[in-house]
Amino acid sequence: MSGFMSSNFRVAPLGLIAAAGLLAGCAQLPEGAEFSDPYEAKNRGVHDTNVEIDRTLFGDGKQKGIIPTFPRPLAKGFINFASNLAAPGDVVNRVLQGKPKPAIETTLRFVINTTVGIGGLFDPATAMGIEKDETDFGETLAVWGSGEGDYIVIPIIGPSTERDAVGFVVDLVLDPLNVLLPRPESSYALVAAAASSAASRQVNADLVESILYESADGYAQARIIYLQNRRYELGEDIYVIDPYEDPYGQ
Amino acid sequence: MVNDGLSRRGLLAAAAGGFALSVAGLPAAALNVDEARTLVDKLVGDINAVIASGKNESAMIREFERIFARYADVRYISQSALGPAGRAASKSDLAAYTAAFQGYIARKYGKRFREFIGSQIQVTDARPIKSFYEVVSVAKLKGQSPFDVRWHVFDKSGKDLFFNIIIEGVNMLATERAEIGAMLDQAKGSIPALTAALKRAG
Repeated sequence: MSGFMSSNFRVAPLGLIAAAGLLAGCAQLPEGAEFSDPYEAKNRGVHDTNVEIDRTLFGDGKQKGIIPTFPRPLAKGFINFASNLAAPGDVVNRVLQGKPKPAIETTLRFVINTTVGIGGLFDPATAMGIEKDETDFGETLAVWGSGEGDYIVIPIIGPSTERDAVGFVVDLVLDPLNVLLPRPESSYALVAAAASSAASRQVNADLVESILYESADGYAQARIIYLQNRRYELGEDIYVIDPYEDPYGQ
Repeated sequence: MVNDGLSRRGLLAAAAGGFALSVAGLPAAALNVDEARTLVDKLVGDINAVIASGKNESAMIREFERIFARYADVRYISQSALGPAGRAASKSDLAAYTAAFQGYIARKYGKRFREFIGSQIQVTDARPIKSFYEVVSVAKLKGQSPFDVRWHVFDKSGKDLFFNIIIEGVNMLATERAEIGAMLDQAKGSIPALTAALKRAG
């Protein structure tokens, strides 16, 4: 993901971060609401377009898409490679979150996987017991106390929230690889991210296709699954149903 | 800790005018954290056996349906997912819906658990939440980050059963409420039509 449209945002990163904090800070969820989706009509339009793109590229389980299915080891390689390229950005975010332990571990992972793992194509660090710890500026904003804001669907990218969308843009600016590498090289990260996304989509084909193509309302399923999983990742309140307060279960 | 559930359940029963207790057939002791854990240990053992059996997909799904019927409060889950529409439904429509729902969940979640082939699910923790218990388990897949699978257990029916599964934060009951609601809309509010659609779904 990181690396997308990078060069446009290389200027004035600090101003953007401040603006991001302000923006995400205002967007608090109404209390007691499961989610806030005031742009639902617009979001559904974007969702439908994204689904059509997905169907064309990857197929819907019945018909094949135009992208051939990568052999598993190749898909793994793409995912590992992009994940390794994103590690410096993860470290910056963990530092901003005031979490030195994962920052140090991810640095170690980056060194091991870049060298022993042949440029990040393999993930020997996990085998050594240093597990992947991905993060992003959306999580940094959450740690800083901003609410998730409204649910939004971004063209191509898919489900997000106001907070995560702001984080996505800031990550492009914060990513040390984008800042340090010259222009053509830094845009390779975009290619790697795209290949990794395609590989993940293929590896998780059963799950993705059951949500997008087998649900009665794929939009509603994608929304609830994204939000609940994201809140879980961020260690936020997990939605719990108390059966003794449920009027409908008998 | 052990008596935690007892007092809570006692209060609940009192609040409901003893109704809950009489319906539940007076369980000797209310559910506690150890019993919740034991239930999920057994359940996870059954799932692991199916995953390790190497049977084909349809045979596995049949096994998952048997496990779901044995360990889950299917009646509660299906009616909670259906929501207010269930209140006006006839008994026979509701029974047919619940049976179709059981097959649908087994197919849908059976496919998810098939992804755990080559792994073992392990129970790691159990704790009370509100008036029920959460049993935490982990599915470790080779070369992948472990999956967090939580089981919410209660004994509202008089038997210790699970009523919700939370996989990496994603709540089965909440997602099924959204999905069953959408299917009911498509069925124009008809529960028999919803039941027919459920038989084809999952």
